[in-house]
Amino acid sequence: MSEHVIEVNHLKKAFGKNVVLKDIDFSIVKGETVSVIGSSGSGKSTMLRCVNLLETPTAGEILFHGKNVQTELEVSKYRAKVGMVFQSFNLFDNLNALQNCMLGQTTVLKRSRAEARAKAMEYLEKVGMTPYINAKPRQLSGGQKQRVAIARALAMDPEVILFDEPTSALDPEMVGEVLSVMKRLSESGMTMIVVTHEMAFARDVSDRVVFMSDGLICEQGTPDEVFGDPKRDETKSFLSRFLNQ
Amino acid sequence: MSLFNDISKVWSRYGDQILSGIANTVIISIIGTLIGLVIGLINGIIRTVPKPKNPVVKVILTVINWIINVYVEVFRGTPMMVQAMIIYWGYAYMNAGATLPLVPAGIVIVSINTGAYITEIVRGGIISIDRGQFEGAMSIGMSHFQTMLHVIIPQVMRNILPSVSNEFVVNIKDTSVLNVIGVTELYFYAASAAKNSYKIFASYLIACAIYFCLTFTVTRILRFAEKLIEGKANYTVFGSQSDSSAEIHVNTEKGGPENV
Repeated sequence: MSEHVIEVNHLKKAFGKNVVLKDIDFSIVKGETVSVIGSSGSGKSTMLRCVNLLETPTAGEILFHGKNVQTELEVSKYRAKVGMVFQSFNLFDNLNALQNCMLGQTTVLKRSRAEARAKAMEYLEKVGMTPYINAKPRQLSGGQKQRVAIARALAMDPEVILFDEPTSALDPEMVGEVLSVMKRLSESGMTMIVVTHEMAFARDVSDRVVFMSDGLICEQGTPDEVFGDPKRDETKSFLSRFLNQ
Repeated sequence: MSLFNDISKVWSRYGDQILSGIANTVIISIIGTLIGLVIGLINGIIRTVPKPKNPVVKVILTVINWIINVYVEVFRGTPMMVQAMIIYWGYAYMNAGATLPLVPAGIVIVSINTGAYITEIVRGGIISIDRGQFEGAMSIGMSHFQTMLHVIIPQVMRNILPSVSNEFVVNIKDTSVLNVIGVTELYFYAASAAKNSYKIFASYLIACAIYFCLTFTVTRILRFAEKLIEGKANYTVFGSQSDSSAEIHVNTEKGGPENV
């Protein structure tokens, strides 16, 4: 068995008295694409945000290549290796597409401007955004913003990318362009954790599907297992609701 | 008609003095506002530092925050005229009667006073920035300081510029209180012209007109600066990567950008 890139053990997260994550055990190996599905409020996004330490876990540990990310690693160095793509894009509004993809490289990775620029151009081309390098986020459509955001994450040369409902804020016609970028990324061997409501993506692209319910991982397996033959009642009712829509 | 006579008399006799007062008014208010802005930005950045885990750093930060709060409350809560007297004569009291040079003293007073107001303006500006901007920066490993410098402050500057312009205009007018410590600014000379010529109405009318010209000019210039910071609504689309000179200008003033 190959080494776990990220391993989450007994993760618990509470906001005051509201316990969002009860006891999460989760891991991902290199090159794997894992889709996390489940109804709203089941804790999917919170889990992802805990992995990137945007939320501080209440209890439990998160290991990156076997090292505890809270005690053994420097947060900024860890985050640089674990990219994140948000539902609301979170591009820097004061910078254009190219600068958005360069800033992390020059400040965190201390790359030269020329190197950062070349790298940014490379990834902006991969997501098909080369024509828009001079555009500010407010001048781009949702799908275009999300593709720039993916390029920004990729430009840091991360080992893992976390996607937090990357298509939920998009018009239906723009969902496709973002999903196709993610699909290519998955095929190229990037390690990805994708929190999503796109069941087709979860079924067709991911190596493993994790179903979360009520702060716990309820069921997980290959897409065929989870979609074809769900074992748990919660999974069945969630999927039937989704697939009948 | 006699009012015009009075004005022209006062102007021909004291005009040069009054004009020289403008220089001090402008210098003190410009430098005072700029230093105040720097003070405000530094305080704003410190105040929004996320809670550190290290207990020693935490205590230091709490103390610094407390000092900033006291500073803001005291200088916002007392008149600048009184502050001017206390700083100027307090310095003299503690240095055996040696006084500060007047114009630098005026700049110090205006800076400290403006800094207190702008600290609050900056805090409001930072709070108003979408949380996602911080998270976007954090997610790629940027530190609080890097995030502030490259992402947040540039956006805050655009948002607070109208309020800072307002402070600048207030400062042009409020430097007049510095006459209590004898700074030779516009009001000081207008008052002395009034005293010496006995043409009080005419003298202050001149001062009034000059103050208004100053503030109105400054307001227009800053409005223009706001537009510059806002940037163009157009951007350049590159036709193809191999031929980057093939630029197509896209106007986005109306509606969203066109897909090319």
